[in-house]
Amino acid sequence: MSDGTLYDKVWDRHKVTELPTGQDQLFVGLHLVHEVTSPQAFGMLRERDTPVAFPERTHATVDHIVPTGNRDRPFADDAAETMMAELEENVRDAGIEFSDPDSGNQGIVHVIGPEQGLTQPGMTIVCGDSHTSTHGAFGALAFGIGTSQIRDVLATGCVAMEKQKVRKIEVTGELGDHVTAKDVILTIIRKLGTDGGVGYVYEYAGEAIEDLGMEGRMSICNMSIEGGARAGYVNPDETTYEWLRETDAFADDPERFAELRSYWESIASDDDAEYDDVVTIDGSEIEPTVTWGTTPGQGVGVTEPIPAPEDLPADKQDTARRAQKHMGVEPGETMEGYEIDVAFLGSCTNARLKDLREAAAFVTGREVDDDVRAMVVPGSQRVQRAAEAEGLDEVFTEAGFEWREPGCSMCLGMNDDQLQGDEASASSSNRNFVGRQGSKDGRTVLMSPTMVAAAAVTGEVTDVREMEEVVSV
Amino acid sequence: MSGSDADVDHESFAEGEAPAEKVTDVSGTGIPVRGNDIDTDQIIPARFMKVVTFDGLGQFAFFDQRFDDEDNEKDHPFNEEQYQGANVLVVNANFGCGSSREHAPQALMRWGIDAIVGESFAEIFAGNCLALGIPTVTADTESIEALQDYVAANPDAELHVDVENERVAYDDEAIDATVNDAQRKALVEGVWDTTALMGANASAVRETARSLPYVPEEDVPAADGGHDRPTGDD
Repeated sequence: MSDGTLYDKVWDRHKVTELPTGQDQLFVGLHLVHEVTSPQAFGMLRERDTPVAFPERTHATVDHIVPTGNRDRPFADDAAETMMAELEENVRDAGIEFSDPDSGNQGIVHVIGPEQGLTQPGMTIVCGDSHTSTHGAFGALAFGIGTSQIRDVLATGCVAMEKQKVRKIEVTGELGDHVTAKDVILTIIRKLGTDGGVGYVYEYAGEAIEDLGMEGRMSICNMSIEGGARAGYVNPDETTYEWLRETDAFADDPERFAELRSYWESIASDDDAEYDDVVTIDGSEIEPTVTWGTTPGQGVGVTEPIPAPEDLPADKQDTARRAQKHMGVEPGETMEGYEIDVAFLGSCTNARLKDLREAAAFVTGREVDDDVRAMVVPGSQRVQRAAEAEGLDEVFTEAGFEWREPGCSMCLGMNDDQLQGDEASASSSNRNFVGRQGSKDGRTVLMSPTMVAAAAVTGEVTDVREMEEVVSV
Repeated sequence: MSGSDADVDHESFAEGEAPAEKVTDVSGTGIPVRGNDIDTDQIIPARFMKVVTFDGLGQFAFFDQRFDDEDNEKDHPFNEEQYQGANVLVVNANFGCGSSREHAPQALMRWGIDAIVGESFAEIFAGNCLALGIPTVTADTESIEALQDYVAANPDAELHVDVENERVAYDDEAIDATVNDAQRKALVEGVWDTTALMGANASAVRETARSLPYVPEEDVPAADGGHDRPTGDD
């Protein structure tokens, strides 16, 4: 088993006791709550007449069902209004802080935690959402949980977990031009498989990871779960501390920052830490990467041929055949030139300010293709305001994109933002599962924000490296 | 907890003795759902999660695989007459990957599933099943495919999922299966209600919280469970 890793240290600091099942009872340092997976858990607490144990360590927002257009209350969708009202009541009764739309702090739960400084190194962070792994970018141990576990955390401040193995994934070298964190994680999942991480936590390291800003690290940790790993993390360093220093938590409290910094430094993996597995990937060889199929592991470099199912491992062939039929792609072709109907720039993977800036650099002065419906859904109200202050909203709207209100939106199609029929989308989100974007015949091609921008303009999957960047970021 | 009339050996306890029922074994007829990487969006599409309870989710299990746009039935085991009443689901690799939605095992449970046997399961999904007292039992590819073939040919035959002894028996066969240690212990000893289990350690929890440099003292509740804070301050 691993020894001396951040995972070991954070686990040990949060372990309350061993349970009769052999699982450990872990204290949860931050519990993030949203409207879809929590109402049943609050209901179970009411049934048991149990209060929320650590309301001050809990923070809520609304993201999955919230409309990204007209947000006047009551919401036009009755079901969405019911869920919103239920969350409002639950957080009010329990005294849980709520980043609601009126606060100006609302957004996707994995965007608002880091931007408000709620997410910090050395914490255990849970949320009823599999993309909670995002917060690992800060050197936190963060993972998604189900609703019964949400009940556990609300009632006891703890989760029951078994310790897992740690795989270090070292991405060496320097990434090429316009190769982003998204391309790195799609490559990792492609190489290790969608179930390669089951039983593991991923530690991302190496020069290419260290060179990334916090946004890129978040994109990578975000998709750990798509590789089967419930959690992924990057050891905290100066880049992490610079981000934290500016957040609400520390901007006016440098003393607290200094005090906690020694804790943050202490939980980083030791140089001689032992790992259960180590994988090395040459970052300089990664291309802008897109998916050709219906799992995030079915990725390919944009100039590389789509694999023939029979060339894949036996257990992947059947899934690949069905995926190629669904997507209408042929082995041997590349994804370049694959026609798209929708361009979606959003989601907890890629809807932060940096993502929008990079995409805007390819959109400035250009026009969205006539046959494409394109939308930008900022990750949070803060991202939205910051982008508007830089005029990015105008760049996008002048090109023909819709500029919408923050939420999960078309990543999972729980509001009106959905694919129709067999529309194909160029999407900066995280899942290309059949039906994921709201239509069971819809086709999703995952890619980086800049690749989405390029596809929006040309109407087809395009190698962004072939396109001139209008504004240099 | 069984949504079907098949037999589940849930030994009940008198109140206060143990925090949950014991699930030592599950018997009943099987239903095969073939394919690797079946994600939770397929098990329950997101649009059915716009609800504040889990009631009634059973009818939406695998909905988009079962019905076309005009709500006509498609070929899917969950639609087939011979599997109505089945309670042991037999699946392939990486079942339940993707979203953490507990709505997925809730939908399966409310359709009637009491145990799932497969090649492998995504972690969050398996954890969610455990929280509902549903065993997720694994075996090798060959054994699972043979079991799926058997169930398809013999939909009325009884399967016996022995959680305690890690075996799946059918006909004259017995598959060597695996049940994760913690899961087996939790189910067999009836300690899968983790809220009750962990709630008993409240003072140790407060101690751990206080030992963490990032947790301010005022965030830790008082020993009596009360809280020195004004209510309703969001």
